[in-house]
Amino acid sequence: MMAPVAIPPFESFYAEHRGAVLGYLRRMLGPAAEDAWQETFLRALRAYERLERADHLRAWVFTIATRVALDELRGASRSVPLGDGLPEQEAPEPRGFAYGELEHLTGSLPPTERAAVVLRYGYDLPYAEIGAALGSSVDAARAATSSGVRRLRRNLERQP
Amino acid sequence: MNVSPDLDARFRAAALAEGLVDVRFDLVASPVGELFVASTPRGLCRISYTPAGQEEELARLFGSRVLRIPLDEVRRELDEYFAGRRRSFDLALDLRVTPFNAAVLAELARVPYGRLDTYGDLAARVGRPGAARAVGGVMNRNPIPIVLPCHRIVGANGSLTGYAGGLEIKRTLLELEGALLDA
Repeated sequence: MMAPVAIPPFESFYAEHRGAVLGYLRRMLGPAAEDAWQETFLRALRAYERLERADHLRAWVFTIATRVALDELRGASRSVPLGDGLPEQEAPEPRGFAYGELEHLTGSLPPTERAAVVLRYGYDLPYAEIGAALGSSVDAARAATSSGVRRLRRNLERQP
Repeated sequence: MNVSPDLDARFRAAALAEGLVDVRFDLVASPVGELFVASTPRGLCRISYTPAGQEEELARLFGSRVLRIPLDEVRRELDEYFAGRRRSFDLALDLRVTPFNAAVLAELARVPYGRLDTYGDLAARVGRPGAARAVGGVMNRNPIPIVLPCHRIVGANGSLTGYAGGLEIKRTLLELEGALLDA
């Protein structure tokens, strides 16, 4: 049996993840990222003393950030299509997908797809953790990612 | 992506204002080197000459919500002490030690600025004459040196004996207080 990993002092956790979380939230929210970033780490701090495991802290803080970002996006504009995690059609994992070429377009995606694509390709989170962040199943996370990538490609083609 | 100093400071201030911090710590420059200082909401809980591992230790003792936040009052009193303008500290303390250690440290806190005392005398004053060695152990694990002045405690023959920060620092503090005549 593996020894339990001790919960690190919050300062270490914060120092390790603050930059990546800010980058993620900028990708999700643009200029509104700073308030969401502070809210993310305050929520993390409120929950920190109840943490029992230290082996998924990165996924944990991205989960919090995703919820803050989705709340923000849903609150900011009810007209934004939310994406329900369901794929437009079943599709295999995108092949030959170059995230770097499409990253600048992620702002055009509905919030759930945006979170899924950025977490998967920008931060390399596995689908199980993306599902946890989105509050959905692994399959729904995979579907939202595929759907988002296809939408990005279409948006790229539409660009002049 | 870099978090700007302003954004970082705002988060730390918000965390403190919301009462979400178990222990705050800071690093304070001093003539005896950089000091790691830490405080709980109840008071100063740590001064250390060796920052390495302190955050983990504090998390075990006081709670995992450990965050670096300026401790201006502690810094100010230490600055005044090192400038020779302060002879005792007004800081509230948060000591979580055994009753024997607490008794010894309380007695230690009464040893005046610039005066020397011995391990044996301190032991006698807490009602444990002969426990000089145990008192030495308490001095060695003193969580708040300088403020709790274990540097003023020496051997029966007047030798400096030992100090967690090293004998050189003990000598420097005693010279600052005018307690040492040049040998």
